[in-house]
Amino acid sequence: MANLKSVTIYILRGLTLLLAVSLLSFVLASASPISPETRYRLSHPGVSDENVEKMREYWGIDEPPAERYLGWLDGILRGEWGTSTSYRQPVLDVIGVRFKASLALMMSAWALSGIFGFSAGCFMAVFRDRWPDRIVRRICLFMCSIPTFWIGLVFLAVFAAALGWFPFGLAAPPGVPPEAVTLGQRIHHLILPALTLSFLSFANLALHTREKLADVYASDYVLFARARGEGEARILFRHGIRNAMIPAVVMQFGSFAELFGGSVFAETIFSYPGLGAAAAAAGTGASDIPLFLGIVMFSSCFVFIGNLIANILTQAIDPRTREGAAA
Amino acid sequence: MYGKGFSQHLLKTISNLNIGVREGEILAVAGSSGSGKSLLAHAALGILPKNAVIEGGMAWRGAPLDAALHKRLRGREIALVPQSVAYLDPLIRVGRQISNDSQTVGRLFARYHLKPGTEKLFPHELSGGMTRRVMICAALAGGPKLVIADEPTPGLTPHLAEHAMRHFREIADGGAGVILITHDIDLAVRHADRIAVLYAGTAAEVADASDFADAALLRHPYSKALWAAMPQNGFVAAAGAQPYAGELPPGCLYAPRCPECSPECMAAPPQPRSVRGGEVSCCNAH
Repeated sequence: MANLKSVTIYILRGLTLLLAVSLLSFVLASASPISPETRYRLSHPGVSDENVEKMREYWGIDEPPAERYLGWLDGILRGEWGTSTSYRQPVLDVIGVRFKASLALMMSAWALSGIFGFSAGCFMAVFRDRWPDRIVRRICLFMCSIPTFWIGLVFLAVFAAALGWFPFGLAAPPGVPPEAVTLGQRIHHLILPALTLSFLSFANLALHTREKLADVYASDYVLFARARGEGEARILFRHGIRNAMIPAVVMQFGSFAELFGGSVFAETIFSYPGLGAAAAAAGTGASDIPLFLGIVMFSSCFVFIGNLIANILTQAIDPRTREGAAA
Repeated sequence: MYGKGFSQHLLKTISNLNIGVREGEILAVAGSSGSGKSLLAHAALGILPKNAVIEGGMAWRGAPLDAALHKRLRGREIALVPQSVAYLDPLIRVGRQISNDSQTVGRLFARYHLKPGTEKLFPHELSGGMTRRVMICAALAGGPKLVIADEPTPGLTPHLAEHAMRHFREIADGGAGVILITHDIDLAVRHADRIAVLYAGTAAEVADASDFADAALLRHPYSKALWAAMPQNGFVAAAGAQPYAGELPPGCLYAPRCPECSPECMAAPPQPRSVRGGEVSCCNAH
């Protein structure tokens, strides 16, 4: 297993990263051409200058930027992430509810692409340079070049509109109270967005796994395994899959950023009430700065945790990456 | 393999090769790069790639060595000594790669002076000298009757190379046949019983190692040229180069470079014949 020292270093690195992200996103949000004041005047036509002055004071707009940043950071650390201006609820509550929905979507897409991508990669490598490999590889290259939002629209048009197999977006049937929604209904609503989201990383993972496994098959240690009389199945399971797992694990856990980015598209297209859709709304129309910054910080943690797991698992699989192992 | 563009053609990398190894002897297969040494090793183990075309036959203790027999013998009676640490899976502890039976591993490691605990190491944690001995243990785990060592010495200091050769002599003394594949003719002369000189995939000559004491004892012009190229014998390189497998001459493969070449050498490849106790493929050998 990964040793304590390297995990501590990863976590320290993660903390400095989060600090940098917080500073950068705060500066960018402050530099936005739409100030809270213009935003307030736009959404409240005819508001008096006196009230605007009160809002400025309430929001602390006239304080120096450094003080505002430190005040915000202090809140983040104490778990007070502010109030969402569009939901009128604490930012953390909004993120919590939204993330639960997103997590179901992202994890099912992630598991789909992981299991099927790795299997397809192994399939191609076993049949390398023969026709099954050529066909699947072409399909993967084709899938790689399709943008997420486009395939989402195609899925909607074909499976929801034309064939009617799946609902037209949302996470549950409209008009049904949340406690009455069955698991089956939830899954039914989840399938199309999850497929959309897994589309890109599936092909990516399959192609990378194929290359790595083909390299393993061409390696000296597989040659020696054959010379020792190991059969094809044993070579695949004992040497092939384990060695091909290394890049697959790094890719899958390192793809949390792409997963989150993709969920913004998938959730927007399918009107799926997740964190990605909330981020898109907070960053564009609603100009909900507290929620937006909160989502930035939260998603940074999410991506960082993915990378941390990738590092720990790589060390667990590959002895060469372990520091301080006995020489 | 691929030629110009995508046209595929067949390369005749080994032809007219006739060698045998006996129990208890070290047969060195010596030749320059591209003479077909490693392919010969892979053919003997039956692990040539699927697109290889194999003609002719191999025999194992009198029985024809076909795919089914290969499958039974590989890793047990016929074993390969790996060249380097790259022949071990980097993710598996060395002990488990040598044998599933920990007693066998312990016995072999003790015999080759590897400390207890070595079996728990991963391949990248082995030192150069340990790697060498682990490789030999890997080959011996199945109790082989034939050990094939493919270039076991490159990268070793002369001292370590001598040490490795002593291990092979021990294996041969234990009753197994050893095929030592090498481009180091000097090493072959000092440690092998017989030497097969490979040239462009054909056995130019199979001679006792002692015949390399004097060029007059050798039979083939190429062996004589090799002898003359050894530092202690004048260090003279023969003119020309070994032909590429795709452009072999019609007759004797050595004819274009041969000082004793006669018209009949150009017509057809010479058949191997016995001359003074050795095997030679040359029309003019006597």
